[in-house]
Amino acid sequence: MKLVTGVIKPHQLDAVKDALHALGVAGLTVSEVQGYGRQKGHTEVYRGAEYTVEFLPKVKVEVVTDELDVEKVVDAVATAARTGKIGDGKVWVTPVEEVVRVRTGERGVEAL
Amino acid sequence: MPEIDSGHTAWILTSSALVLLMTPGLALFYGGMTRSKGVLNMLMMCFGAIGVVSLLWIFYGFSLAFSEEVGGSSIGGLFSDLSAAGMRGLFETGEEGGLPILAFAGFQMMFAVITTALIAGAIADRAKFGSWLIFAVIWATLVYFPVAHWVWGAGGWLGEGMGVLDFAGGTAVHINAGAAALALALVLGKRVGWPKEKMKPHNLPLVLLGAGLLWFGWFGFNAGSELAANGISAVALVNTQVATAAAVLGWIFVEWIRFGKPTTLGAASGAIAGLVAITPACAFVEPLGAIAIGAIAGVVCSLCVSLKYKLGYDDSLDVVAVHFVGGVIGSVLIGLLAVEVLADENGLLYGGGVGLLGIQTLGVVVVAVYSFVMAWLIAFAIEKTIGFRVKPEDEVEGIDLTEHAEAGYDFTSTGPSLVGSAPARPAAAPAAPESASSEKVAG
Repeated sequence: MKLVTGVIKPHQLDAVKDALHALGVAGLTVSEVQGYGRQKGHTEVYRGAEYTVEFLPKVKVEVVTDELDVEKVVDAVATAARTGKIGDGKVWVTPVEEVVRVRTGERGVEAL
Repeated sequence: MPEIDSGHTAWILTSSALVLLMTPGLALFYGGMTRSKGVLNMLMMCFGAIGVVSLLWIFYGFSLAFSEEVGGSSIGGLFSDLSAAGMRGLFETGEEGGLPILAFAGFQMMFAVITTALIAGAIADRAKFGSWLIFAVIWATLVYFPVAHWVWGAGGWLGEGMGVLDFAGGTAVHINAGAAALALALVLGKRVGWPKEKMKPHNLPLVLLGAGLLWFGWFGFNAGSELAANGISAVALVNTQVATAAAVLGWIFVEWIRFGKPTTLGAASGAIAGLVAITPACAFVEPLGAIAIGAIAGVVCSLCVSLKYKLGYDDSLDVVAVHFVGGVIGSVLIGLLAVEVLADENGLLYGGGVGLLGIQTLGVVVVAVYSFVMAWLIAFAIEKTIGFRVKPEDEVEGIDLTEHAEAGYDFTSTGPSLVGSAPARPAAAPAAPESASSEKVAG
């Protein structure tokens, strides 16, 4: 099993959710995060004082998936999150050793 | 006893209410510019000024500034005697011009209140509230009441004596408060982290709301200062509007050129700069002159706000750049733009001599130096005795909490906000109600 993590623009969350839903992904975790990549924040001006805001609001989407579906899930997130402009985000994959469904105690792929 | 004129009286009572509204407006204007952990302290410093200065005005403030209105006398043009202290027995007296004396006193009370409150913007986030109240009492007593007498009192040495023109408070209010603000900023020192952390405004809509209330109330401030409802008050009202409009545009054009964007805070600040600058001049210049004063104030004040970074003093909310500089611009430009039909004397650009310009400059310098020195001494004495600043750790934690045991905003009960995407759909699983983090888990 793999954990697919995407850090994306907040406005693309709905598109990513729809794309994952279309793949039949049963669940995902979403959190509000802050960060920057090559986009490097933005500048605000208050009475002539310039403020560099380094950390931009982003959304982190996490999906645990069967290894067979990893490519599809990564593609779905990356494609749906893409606007073509700087700051679109990143998607990465990490291995997952075990998953337990809390309600039933099922383990592994059965628990997804 | 002259007969009371109900029309004039009605306008002055209305103007008094308008001017009072300026102080809560100022509180919001300043409050929005502070960080969210200091907003309540800013509001409280303004409301505290309303509290203490209003009472002082009745006890002895009115008497020190204006007791000649009820038969007192000016002592060397410096202040009036205490014959009107407590304001007892003044209910029936009508003054020249047909106003009840209490209507005049009430109107002037609001000026004393807002002038004191204006100073608070320089020391946002770091002054002990009790020390601020003590400062307000002493400064109003030793500086505002006498200076109001110098400029406006019968026998005052600047106004009647030297001929300094100040229709509604360029010297007595804005330069006076601006110079005191600079002194306080210097005595109290910089906020923890300034200027490395620039401390941006926490609520710009609040700033705009406050600026709007100030603008609204300012019609009473300026057009009420004629102490009558007549042609001159109409001139003051129109000039106030057009100067402010020009100043808004002046400030945002400067920003547009320097930073590429016209900002909300710039528009609000430009409005206040224009209102300040036209205040002394509003009944001495024509509308075209008022537009010139407003435009100059908008541009110059906008350029002056960065001075504090260059010179290294932390005037938190730019009281010096907006009120002091704006007040100087308006007071001095009277010397250039006054017209004889309104001011009894032409300014330099209308064929008058340099005399008025010199007198106006003298008025600016005298009030600025007196207020700065006195405010510095008062603040220094407070700092050395009971202390004027809160402890650094309290400042970092937030002055609202440490001085007032309150927080301006409570977001904990609203729950986690879903990131700025489209509205949640019915298909989405609901978040666990006890979830206190900003994570939303579905599936």
